[in-house]
Amino acid sequence: MVALTLGAAVNAALAGALADDDRVVLLGEDIGRLGGVFRVTDGLLERFGADRVIDTPLAEAGIVGTAVGLAMRGYRPVVEIQFDGFVYPAFDQIVCQVAKLHYRTNGRVRMPLVIRIPWAGGVGAAEHHSESPEAYFVHTAGLRVVAASTPQDAHLLLRQAIASDDPVIFFEPKRLYHAKGEVDLDLDLADAPPLHLARVAREGTDATIVTYGAQVRVALDAALAAEDEGLSLEVIDLRSLSPLDMSTVAASVRKTGRVVVTHEAAREAGVGAEIVASITERCFAFLEAAPQRVTGHDIPYPPAKLERHHLPDLDRILHAVDLVCDRVPGEVAR
Amino acid sequence: MTYTRTDAADLAEDVGAARLLEPDGTRVADPSLDPLVADLAPDALRALHRDMVLTRRLDAEGVALQRQGQLALWAPCRGQEAVQIGTAHALAAGDFVFPSYREHGVLLARGAQPADYVLAWRGEEHSAYDHAAIGVAPLQIIIGAQSLHATGWAMGAQRDGSTDVAVAYYGDGATSQGDVNEALVFASSFRAPVVFVCSNNQWAISEPVTVQARFPIAGRAPGFGVPSMRVDGNDVLACVAAMRWALDRARRGEGPSFLEAVTYRMGPHTTSDDPTRYRDAAEVERWARRDPIARFEAYLRAEGVLDDDAVAEVDAAADALAAAVRAACIGATTRPADSLFDHVYAEPHAPLAAQKAEYRAYLDGFGEDE
Repeated sequence: MVALTLGAAVNAALAGALADDDRVVLLGEDIGRLGGVFRVTDGLLERFGADRVIDTPLAEAGIVGTAVGLAMRGYRPVVEIQFDGFVYPAFDQIVCQVAKLHYRTNGRVRMPLVIRIPWAGGVGAAEHHSESPEAYFVHTAGLRVVAASTPQDAHLLLRQAIASDDPVIFFEPKRLYHAKGEVDLDLDLADAPPLHLARVAREGTDATIVTYGAQVRVALDAALAAEDEGLSLEVIDLRSLSPLDMSTVAASVRKTGRVVVTHEAAREAGVGAEIVASITERCFAFLEAAPQRVTGHDIPYPPAKLERHHLPDLDRILHAVDLVCDRVPGEVAR
Repeated sequence: MTYTRTDAADLAEDVGAARLLEPDGTRVADPSLDPLVADLAPDALRALHRDMVLTRRLDAEGVALQRQGQLALWAPCRGQEAVQIGTAHALAAGDFVFPSYREHGVLLARGAQPADYVLAWRGEEHSAYDHAAIGVAPLQIIIGAQSLHATGWAMGAQRDGSTDVAVAYYGDGATSQGDVNEALVFASSFRAPVVFVCSNNQWAISEPVTVQARFPIAGRAPGFGVPSMRVDGNDVLACVAAMRWALDRARRGEGPSFLEAVTYRMGPHTTSDDPTRYRDAAEVERWARRDPIARFEAYLRAEGVLDDDAVAEVDAAADALAAAVRAACIGATTRPADSLFDHVYAEPHAPLAAQKAEYRAYLDGFGEDE
């Protein structure tokens, strides 16, 4: 075990994949000489050369589209989209090509391609640098969607994503790039929990908080605060947003009967909507209160000075917990 | 030899296009192109003719099958046989083609089977043929998207140290797409061994090429650092020569090339289209006089390479192909409902497996097999 930041864990995963498999190539803007705008690919150009760590022209559709061609030639491309809000020019290539080629060809053409996206807000960034576009990709059949919340998971999930023969959209919460944690770099992929499994980040009995990405930390902080008030909260880190591990979520909700889902992305038709719908289908008879969603507002991402009002914080989560636990006088969860 | 003219008046015509055969079949000399086709023996010339005739017959069968309700749609390629067959005959086995939906002749030249032409248009499959076996990517409906795939594939071939070349086929309409322009940037920056073949057939459904371009299309590529050639797309000999020029450059490590093949879409965009609403009969008639097959046949007969017996033999082969395509189309069986859920993912996916089982149980409730 070594203590690494989440960014360094991603770097180690990329270096490991490049070293283990010479079909792995990286493509992206500024990932080579600069080492990425977050320095996540620092040192990889020097170690693996310009044929494998490719500084591309500034064209996201071009990056993803050429990665499709590389995959068809037998490579395993790992693409970096520089910021979440820059992925949209590549949307057609991702949705029409990357996601569908395997289906369109009855499995004859595989797309072992990973699209890494530094993701979401809370870092005081400029417009288009703080987006949470995950629902678009979760809605698209043929893609797997993953969100890391710890350095260990950033390393493990990325290694698993690169090893997968399916295309994976890999979200890296930039708010946590500098967060440190213990990482087992030698964890055997075969022994590790599979890519699609959620993780119980904290066990509890009174209510369940379902979340992912940087919001896992906020939820854990909320659980710690609730403990002082005598409430025991279970926190589930989804890890995989597509497929969703609803078995783990449902098992928790059947135990607690009360659930709050929280994410930074907007509420309407967000991942939380899918989770709450699935919970009501699977656990209706176990629910003691209507599930609550604590999300970003249904607005475009606001200017940085206002983002603290947009990002669901500890207090908003605890308010929702109070609602589902019938602890707000005169108010019921609805 | 490379295209350098920048006169917008050239746009919709074949001015400045490299040519080896006049519309009446007269062979004209071109010192730079002649050496590129000097080795074509009578057998190779007859093979070009044969594949053009087969393509036209196959295309007519596609239209007929659609009219008879056997296909949902067909995108006719009548008039574009020379660019498709000429360029495809210049390819090597290891090269890989990224076609649009109109390249029936390219599929034929690459060895497609009868069912391969029609199952997608019938609605049985999204993509029917064995891509690896014939070296052709799934036909692309998103306009120009395949230009990037070809470029990426070429970057892979380059990294493998091979001499394989990728080829992207698209039309004049595609040249307005971002993907096509990004592909030129990537191919140029990385000197990727890729050839872009733009079949300028003058029409993108109802929009004339002048809506896509106010500057000759072949004149754009040099601005990306990609050498280009404007070639008479109805002259199969010139198309072979131009493609060999481009492929040789790629194999020598000199990077991408761009061909604008000036041709004409004689038929509608697809069987759902009515071109009489937007273009004059006189224009169509003018292009009919530049027919690629009649031109080449006149040349081969004058050279003594082709006679009535040979033409009759080719016509019989074309009818046999059409019959085989018809049989494969009409005899196609629709896959069972369970297959809907197959191949969405390469690896196990529990929620989708559950959805498949759920739908199976629902169907079983009616006692249905399918």
